Amino acid sequence: METFWYGAVAFMLTVYIVLDGYDFGVGIVYPFVARTEADREATFAAIGPVWNGNEVWLIGGGALLFFAFPKAYAAGFSGFYLALIIVLWLLILRGLAIELRSHVDHPLWKQGWDWAFSAASFLLAFVFGAALGNLIRGVPINGDGYFFIALWTDFLTGPRPAILDWFTVSTGMAAVAIIALHGLNYLAMKCEGELYRRASSGGAAVWWAAAGSTVAMFVAISFVQPTLQLNVASHPWESLAPLTGVMALGGTLLFRRRGQDVAAFLGSSLFILAMLSNVAIGMYPNLLMSSVDPAFNLTAFNAATDAYGMAVGLRWFLIGFTLLVVYQIYAHRAFCGKVRPAVADREPIAS
Amino acid sequence: MESALLYDRLQFAATASFHYLFPQLTMGLALLLLYFRSRSLLEDDDHYHQVARFWTKIFALSFSFGVVTGIPLEFQFGTNWAKFSNIAGGVIGQMLAMEGLFAFFLESSFLGILLFGEGRFSRRVQWFAALMLLLGSWLSGFFILATNAWMQHPVAYEVAADGRLFVNSLVGLLTNPWLFWQYSHTMTGTVVTASFVMAALGSFYLLSGTHQRSGRTFVRTGVVAGSIASALMIFPTGDGNAKQVFAHQPIKGAAFEGLFKTERGAGLYLVGQPNLETMTIDNPIEIPRALSFLVYDELYASVAGLDAFPREDWPDNLPLLYYSYHVMAGLGTILAAVMGLALLWLWRGRLFTARWLLWLVMLASPFPYIATTAGWMTAELGRQPWLVYGLLRTADGASPLVHSGNALFTLLGFLGLYLLLGLLFLFLFAETVRHGPSPEKLPSG
Repeated sequence: METFWYGAVAFMLTVYIVLDGYDFGVGIVYPFVARTEADREATFAAIGPVWNGNEVWLIGGGALLFFAFPKAYAAGFSGFYLALIIVLWLLILRGLAIELRSHVDHPLWKQGWDWAFSAASFLLAFVFGAALGNLIRGVPINGDGYFFIALWTDFLTGPRPAILDWFTVSTGMAAVAIIALHGLNYLAMKCEGELYRRASSGGAAVWWAAAGSTVAMFVAISFVQPTLQLNVASHPWESLAPLTGVMALGGTLLFRRRGQDVAAFLGSSLFILAMLSNVAIGMYPNLLMSSVDPAFNLTAFNAATDAYGMAVGLRWFLIGFTLLVVYQIYAHRAFCGKVRPAVADREPIAS
Repeated sequence: MESALLYDRLQFAATASFHYLFPQLTMGLALLLLYFRSRSLLEDDDHYHQVARFWTKIFALSFSFGVVTGIPLEFQFGTNWAKFSNIAGGVIGQMLAMEGLFAFFLESSFLGILLFGEGRFSRRVQWFAALMLLLGSWLSGFFILATNAWMQHPVAYEVAADGRLFVNSLVGLLTNPWLFWQYSHTMTGTVVTASFVMAALGSFYLLSGTHQRSGRTFVRTGVVAGSIASALMIFPTGDGNAKQVFAHQPIKGAAFEGLFKTERGAGLYLVGQPNLETMTIDNPIEIPRALSFLVYDELYASVAGLDAFPREDWPDNLPLLYYSYHVMAGLGTILAAVMGLALLWLWRGRLFTARWLLWLVMLASPFPYIATTAGWMTAELGRQPWLVYGLLRTADGASPLVHSGNALFTLLGFLGLYLLLGLLFLFLFAETVRHGPSPEKLPSG
C-alpha cells in the first residue's frame, strides 16, 4: 500500500511536470519565437484554456503527498521554506500574467506581463529542476525528521549543502533546456505560419542542449548520489525507464526534423515521463534522503499515514482519478488542433 | 521562537483572509450565473445571454485571483505549520487531497470551456459548464469547511502511540455535525456577497443612466437573492452556529459576547468596549436577558462566563475576537435591513426610480466582505489557543526550524505582493464595469 501511494504521488507530480512543463517551456521561448503581436496572441491562445488545469496537478500531487506521507510533506515543505515561498510568488505572477494580459488593450500593459510571464516561467523551470537535484542529492534531515536549508552557501555538495550548489544549479539548467524543448514542440503543434517555423527550427536546435545536459546530469549523478544507479543495477527490469527515455529523446529529434509535430510533442512528453520515473524508481522507497545519516531518510514506510487512511483513500482516489482523467481529456480535446485565428483573440475588457 | 510563531500566524491570517475575498464572490456568483444561463436557454431573447457573458467575465477575474492566492494556503500548512501537518496530516491531508481531485479539476476544466468556448460550443454546453462550475466550487468549499470543522470540533479520529492523529471513519469526518451549520452559514454568505455586488453594480448603472435594461436585471436578481440569503444568514444558520458554539466551545462564546462572569439571565451587549483590567464591558448598551434567551430559549438560563474556565484556555486576543463578532453580527443585521427595504420597494414597483435606495444598496456593497472576514476572524480567533480544538495547541503546531527572520521576510513579501494584487483587481474590476454588459458606451466614453 505504501508503494502504491509512493507511485501515485510520483505519478501525479510527473504528470504535472509533463503538462505544466509545456506551458512553462512556451514561456521560456516566448520572447524568442513570438515576435509580432499576432504571434503573442496565438501563443496565449494556445495555452490559455489549459494551463490552469495543468497547474491543478501540482495541487493534486502536493495534497496527495500531504495525505499519504504527512511526515515527508511537513519536513520537505518547512525545510525548503524560502524556495517554496518564492515558487508561490512566481506561480502567482505567472498565473496573473496569462490571465490578465488580454484584459487591457495597451502596449505597455502587455509588455509588462510578457516580461513577467517569461521570467517567471524560466525561474520556475529552473527551480523545479534544482528541486529535483535536491531530492537526488539529499538534504540535512536531523534525527527529529526536520531540516532547514539555506538558498545558497558555498555551492559545494556535502553533508550540509544549500538548495543551490554546483550540482543542483546544473540540474536546474538541464530542466530549463528540456522544458524549453518541450514547449517548442507544443507550440509547433498548435501554431502555424512564421511562428510555427521558428518553433520548429528552434526545437531542433534546443534538442542538442537538452540531450547534452541530460548526459552531463547522469555523469554528475554518479558522483553525487551513486545509490541511484545501484538501485537500477540490482533490478535489471528497472533499466526500462532509462531505455525508454533514450528512445523517446532520439525519436523527438527524428520527428522534429520530419515535421511530425504531434509525434515530436509526444516524444518529449515521454522523455520527461521516463526520466522522472527513472528518478522515482531509483530513489524508492526514499521520499527525502538525509545527507547527514541514511538512517534519517524519510521513506514511504516511516513517513506514511496509518493503514485505514491509506485504504479508504484508495477508494476515493480511484474514483476521483478516473473523473479527472475524463475532465482533462475532455478539456484538451475541446481545444485540440491548431489555434484558430478567429478565437485566438479573447475580447479585451477595456479598449 | 515566540516571534516566529506570531509571524506564522499573521502570515496565514493575512493570506487566508485575502484569498477568501475572491472565492466568496465566485461561489455565490456561480449560483446566479447558472440562473442567467438557464434563462438564456429558455428565452429566445439575447438579453440573458449577454448578461451571463458579462458576469462570466467578472467571475473569471475573481476566480483567477482566487486560484493564484489559494495555492499558497495549501503550501503553508507544510511551510509554516510543519508539526501540525505531521500530527494532523492524516486528517487534513485527506480532505485537501479530495478537494484537489474532486473539485479543482472539475472547476478548471469547465471554466476554460465557459471562457474560451463562445462560438465554439452551443448554449446548452455552456449551461452545463456553468452547472459544473457551481458544483465544483461548492464542493471545494465543502472540503475546506470539512477541514475547518474538524479543527473546530474534532470527530472520527484516534490518537496513535506517537501522538499523531488519524481518521478512523471517513464518513464520520464528512458528516461532522459541526459542518452542517458551518457550511450552510458560509455558503449562504457567499450568496449574500455575490447578490450585493450584483445589485450594487445594477444600481450604479441605473443611477448613472447607462445600460438600463441590464441594470434592472442586476438589481432585481441581486435584491431577490440577497434578501433571501441575508435573512437566512441570521436565522436559522447564524442562530444555529451560535448555539453550536455555546454547546461545544463555551469559552469562545463567552469571549466573543464579552461575558466575563457567569450569569443567570445574561444580557446581550450591542455596543461596548471590553476592559481587561476590570473584566467588564465599558460603555455598554445591553439588551437584558437576551443572551440567555438566544442561546437556551429561556430568559433566566445561566450562561457560563469566562470566569468559569482556566485562564490558559482563553482565546489570546479577547478584544479583537469581541469586535470581530460584533462587527459581523452588526453588519449582518444592516445588510438584511437594506435588502429587506429594497425588496419591499421592488415589490411596490418603485425601486428602479428610488435613487436614495439605489445609493444605499451601492454604498453597502463592501459590507458583506467585511462581515464575512469578521465572521472568519470570530471563528478562528475564538478557536485559539487551540489549533485543533482541545487536542493541539497553536504554539505546538508551527515549523520547528523556520526562524523569525525567514518568517518575517515571507510575511512582508506576501503583504507587498497582495497589495499589488488588490490594486490590480480593483483596476480591472473598474475597467470591466466601465465597459459594461452591452456594446452601449458611457457618455464620457
